[in-house]
Amino acid sequence: MKGLASYFTKRVVFAVVTIFIIISFNFFLFRILPGNPIELLYRNPMLTKAQIDALYHQFGLDKPLWEQFLIYIYNSLTGNLGISFYYKQPVTNVLIPALENSLILLVPATILSIALGIITGVVSAWHRGTKLDFALLGSALAFYTMPTFWLGSIFIIVALYIGGIPVSGMYSLGLNYTGIIPRIMDLLSHLMLPLITLTLVLYGEFTIIMRNSLIDVFTEDYIITAKAKGADDKRIIWEHAYPNALLPMVSIIAINFGLVVAGAVLTETVFSWPGIGLMIYDAIISRDYPILQGAFLIISITVVIANLIADFVYSYLDPRIRYK
Amino acid sequence: MIDINDLFVRYKTENGYANAVDHINLRIEKGIIFGLVGESGSGKTTLGLTLLRILPPSAEIASGSVNIDGTNILRINENEMRKWRGKRISMVFQGAMNSLNPVINIERQVAEPLIIHENIDWEQALKIAREKLALVGLGENTWKRYPHELSGGMKQRVVIAMAIITDPEILIADEPTTALDVVTQDRIMKLIKSLQREYNLTTILISHDLPIVSEVADKIAIMYGGKLSEVGENEQILRNAKHPYTSGLLSSIPEPGSSKEIKGIPGEPISLVNPPKGCRFYNRCQFASEKCKNYDYSPKIVEVGHEVYCTLYGE
Amino acid sequence: MTGLSDFWKVFKRNKMGLTGLGIIIFFFLMAVLAPFISPYNPNQTNPNLFLSPPSSQHLFGTNEIGQDLFSRNLYGAQISLEVGFAAAAVTVIVGLLIGLISGYFGGIVDEILMRVTDFFLVIPSIVFMIIISAFLGPSLINVILVIGLLSWSPTARVVRSMVLSIREWPFVEAARASNAGHFYIMFRHIMPNVIPIVFANATMAISNAIFSQAALVFLGVGDVNDISWGQIMHFALYSGAISAGDWWYIVPPGIFIILLILGFILLGYSLEEIFNPRLRRV
Repeated sequence: MKGLASYFTKRVVFAVVTIFIIISFNFFLFRILPGNPIELLYRNPMLTKAQIDALYHQFGLDKPLWEQFLIYIYNSLTGNLGISFYYKQPVTNVLIPALENSLILLVPATILSIALGIITGVVSAWHRGTKLDFALLGSALAFYTMPTFWLGSIFIIVALYIGGIPVSGMYSLGLNYTGIIPRIMDLLSHLMLPLITLTLVLYGEFTIIMRNSLIDVFTEDYIITAKAKGADDKRIIWEHAYPNALLPMVSIIAINFGLVVAGAVLTETVFSWPGIGLMIYDAIISRDYPILQGAFLIISITVVIANLIADFVYSYLDPRIRYK
Repeated sequence: MIDINDLFVRYKTENGYANAVDHINLRIEKGIIFGLVGESGSGKTTLGLTLLRILPPSAEIASGSVNIDGTNILRINENEMRKWRGKRISMVFQGAMNSLNPVINIERQVAEPLIIHENIDWEQALKIAREKLALVGLGENTWKRYPHELSGGMKQRVVIAMAIITDPEILIADEPTTALDVVTQDRIMKLIKSLQREYNLTTILISHDLPIVSEVADKIAIMYGGKLSEVGENEQILRNAKHPYTSGLLSSIPEPGSSKEIKGIPGEPISLVNPPKGCRFYNRCQFASEKCKNYDYSPKIVEVGHEVYCTLYGE
Repeated sequence: MTGLSDFWKVFKRNKMGLTGLGIIIFFFLMAVLAPFISPYNPNQTNPNLFLSPPSSQHLFGTNEIGQDLFSRNLYGAQISLEVGFAAAAVTVIVGLLIGLISGYFGGIVDEILMRVTDFFLVIPSIVFMIIISAFLGPSLINVILVIGLLSWSPTARVVRSMVLSIREWPFVEAARASNAGHFYIMFRHIMPNVIPIVFANATMAISNAIFSQAALVFLGVGDVNDISWGQIMHFALYSGAISAGDWWYIVPPGIFIILLILGFILLGYSLEEIFNPRLRRV
């Protein structure tokens, strides 16, 4: 159990350090790069003199750089991410609802794509070399290489052709709901296309990894042992091969949270899903730097936390880490 | 009684077929320890895997039969065969290597054959598994552990417990002591011997190590290049070896107390792919002659129970 | 594996690799020959033909300002390949250097470099790319640098793990014992053994870069003025052509991207299979 504790400590420390680096990065990025917000602050026609002064003070620009840095870290850690140029509200107030919307799309899509990837990967590996394997692997590769926004666009065209399927936003505009159920139904109908799009572009890689990792495991000695015990195919796959093949899968899923986020940003843009991705897109157009900065921070922290969870899952699945 | 007739097993390779078991005839009596000795690449492991029909996909049983108590196990279907594996025939692999599943604990792995073959719940199966683990000398503190927490010798005991849990008739042990230290080797061998006595297990002991095998085996077969070279009772092989290869193997055994240089056999083992006609040992044999090149591997009987495959011994 | 002809002997038996190479050559020719085979000047507008569907005059139809989409798609191959190769070159060089130094020196150097690598592996690079590109402003070189400098961590990891085993090889030990300089050993003795796997990795980096470039341009933070597949899709969405159901605008650039990325992935898989004997038996 001592091994597990030190493993966790190591991962948590790494997560904290990563978040610290991201905050520092954020600080310098938005001060050093050309066209940075401080430079633009004075030229922004949307801001009044009073707002500029408030921001000036908030960024602590009247102080030396190291003090600014400390203030920035303090502000970031206490959730004070500044005030949006565009919304004229604290960034946190704008981003938290957007983050919730993103998670409504992201969490189910991640779960569905992992499940789909595992199932197709196992089937593919077991029937390796057959036409079924070729077909499953082929479609996985095709979806893996497919640009998210392209697949989304195709779905929009098809949905418009069929009619009746919402292709944009999260709720129908101007509808008065008579209860919670119609509201959820409306949400689900809007969720359908973005969810399918994101699930499809994500699952392909999981299929390929699951298949290859299973095929690797099939050559291990303990698979022959299982066979020698009289285990049938089903038992060999699910009891012996699958738990071992899952290990590389979990670490890949952890590494790929960045990709999931990328897919989500692009999906949200195409379907105007009011999440953080769409917010980033709008912020780029309106040059709303506090939002961009805040979005980057929130997304990074989400990814780091998701990674941490994946590490814990990994250690739960692998006794070699659990009992060192 | 295991009766192997004209067994021919080959592997598909990039350079053609590798004849791992090349038309072999062998008879293994019930309840004995039968040692199968050869260098790596001699086909001995393939022979073991064939008895369980768990050869890799590249392998092909091209001809022959293996009759166990009157059933040709090469002819029965896969479902039938599964009922033999782990039930009537068990296999002990090199436990020190990766024959144990890293993510399943010891007692569950040992109990699994019962779950597969008997109508039994996990609780009962685990109870029996613990008894067998205790029998092979593993105490309670190891039962719930995972393979990476155990030493090589302990893992070997786990693999043995797993193999005997269903009270099989036949036990195939493939290099059960390789990669273990000398003291542990000795203990594992004693364990196998005592189990064989207690349960009247027909044990096939596969090893590259003739001295170790000769300590426990009743009968010994020597394999070289996919062929048998000599088969006999333990004493006949040790005291009256006829095949130059067997003599070579024996001369590489250091005499107790002697400081004599170990000789070994010069030359490299022959490739199983496209072997030459005639005797496989030809290129390494100091007695090789012209007629060896056309030797058809007809056995020469030295005395009852002792056969040699060599041209040195006349018609 | 000695020499190019030996490699070719193995490679030409690999169907997957040949297919990949074939696809890449096809798009390479498309990019090079675009000025000669395009039926129209890709920037020439035609006020009478807004968003017209495919016809014998305009194989892929026209866009919202009447430009010939077939010609624009042909030209689009140029940017994808340019960015793909250039960004992958940056990725591979940085990844190779970091991996070599980290694996060779070990100890504290390794520890620090690997934490940095982990950092880049963990952060959502596309969001990072979007933000930095938004600051730097749209230019091809910026897109290349941003993609290249944010994608090197997987290469660094692979190289490092190989170097860790290679530095134990007898000839490296011998070189060390003879007091050869660190950089001499790293570049003369170790690097040649890492290069094959780096090549396999580079094809992945290229497909990654093509994908990222298209995404950045699609979001409007890349260079929207250069003709590229991402740019065609950008305008397809924001001109309202997709909402109008004008499929011909969006389908071809997407298919080209999928095929080109597939080409590099297939080539990468086959190279890995050839250079990594552990995979070859599967």
